[in-house]
Amino acid sequence: MVSVFLRLIGRELTLAVRGGIGTLMAVVFFVIAVTLFPLGVGPELGLLSRIAAGAVWVAALLAALLSLDRLFVADHEDGSLEQLMLGVLPLEFVVLAKAVAHWLTTGLPLAAAAPVLALLLNMSVDGLVILIVSLLLGTPILSLIGAVGAALTVGLRRGGALIALLVLPLYVPVLIFGVGAVEGAVLDVGVHANLSILAGGLVGALVLGPLAASAALRMTVE
Amino acid sequence: MATRTTGATRRGRVGWTSIHFFANPARFLRVARATYPWAAGATAALIVAGLVLGLYVAPPDYQQGDAYRIIFVHVPAAWMSLFVYVVIALCSVASLVWRHPLADLVAKSSAPVGAAFTFITLLSGSLWGQPMWGTWWVWDARLTSMLILFFLYLGYIALHAAFDDPAKGARVAAILALVGVVNVPIVKFSVDWWNTLHQPATISKIDAPSIDSSMIAPLLLMAAGFMAYYVTVLIPRVRAEIASRRIRNLRLAQVSR
Repeated sequence: MVSVFLRLIGRELTLAVRGGIGTLMAVVFFVIAVTLFPLGVGPELGLLSRIAAGAVWVAALLAALLSLDRLFVADHEDGSLEQLMLGVLPLEFVVLAKAVAHWLTTGLPLAAAAPVLALLLNMSVDGLVILIVSLLLGTPILSLIGAVGAALTVGLRRGGALIALLVLPLYVPVLIFGVGAVEGAVLDVGVHANLSILAGGLVGALVLGPLAASAALRMTVE
Repeated sequence: MATRTTGATRRGRVGWTSIHFFANPARFLRVARATYPWAAGATAALIVAGLVLGLYVAPPDYQQGDAYRIIFVHVPAAWMSLFVYVVIALCSVASLVWRHPLADLVAKSSAPVGAAFTFITLLSGSLWGQPMWGTWWVWDARLTSMLILFFLYLGYIALHAAFDDPAKGARVAAILALVGVVNVPIVKFSVDWWNTLHQPATISKIDAPSIDSSMIAPLLLMAAGFMAYYVTVLIPRVRAEIASRRIRNLRLAQVSR
């Protein structure tokens, strides 16, 4: 069972690597989106350092959304999703493997790129460390909630736009606590409460996300 | 199971206390037809009474003057927007667990009504905010979580509408409603937290220590009137849904023949 689970993650990663530049699109989008903020609000460094945490987190939210519509659709189109649903691995773990792979190809690169971008926005070094930690805790939640949204819309023609409408309101708490942790570090008022809530949210999403997503898949895929 | 042990009556029919009683659309239509005039009459009577008491009898607020009277629309609408979401969530459970056909229809028909209540809450809050706070919108925790509730309603309606097969759409949307119900308290909590972090001195609206009975009576009347209004608009909506499903089934039967 464990080996099947790991092999499924390996399959997703192989597909992602062979997908070439398309896989990196989320990170490229992330970089460009953050770059737009100074152009929009002006290059004043004090202002930029005030909005840095929020700008990076909002861009990360949108970047995580980008590749969600392909999460199940490609497998649904060529029939391999049905094979996975019939296979030995319970559907909940199939979803979990997909979410893990999505995070490895989206959330992890975002967390790696974030400090450079935050530097461009004049964030302090204390903030940078917590930014990475909060992204590492928060982006898996985005992938797990996103998997639910992707599962709900898998058979639909225009699923992409719908996913954004379904998932973004649910992303609000992650955004609030993620930015809260970074601002807590920048203003030196403590980060533990925010990070603990993010970690708790991650544990909850790890359990509930695959359950909800697989229930949705059983209905959308027939 | 409860049906067989407690709900069944002597004639072997399902008692009205059982949730399966209304699973038969024809039975629902009979009850709905009888209820409808009463609900409509109650809506008119309660809202007229509430408006008369609220606009003419209740005294002006010592601080807010007459502007506070928008409370008689704003607060009942806010209550209803949450209540309707709970109704949708309960119907979703009934739909997923028992495949209750009417629960699907009630949930689907309720969603636009709930979204409208949420919109009225936001609109009246904004109109109230202009004279009281001097601005149309503040990122107050309650306003913000209402706005997010409005987005959840929109997502639910859009997902429902995206499926060609209404029965499938209903079940998929039911899952979204349940995911939303888990998230609503988290969103509420996080927005409260966020708000205290960013602007600690938000003007609080109606956290007055007590509210005079001359003001509470019209408020409760209006709340009851809004509830009756919800039932009044729900009945024709569900009837239209039943009719449209029937038409769809007839069309499918015709095509397959």
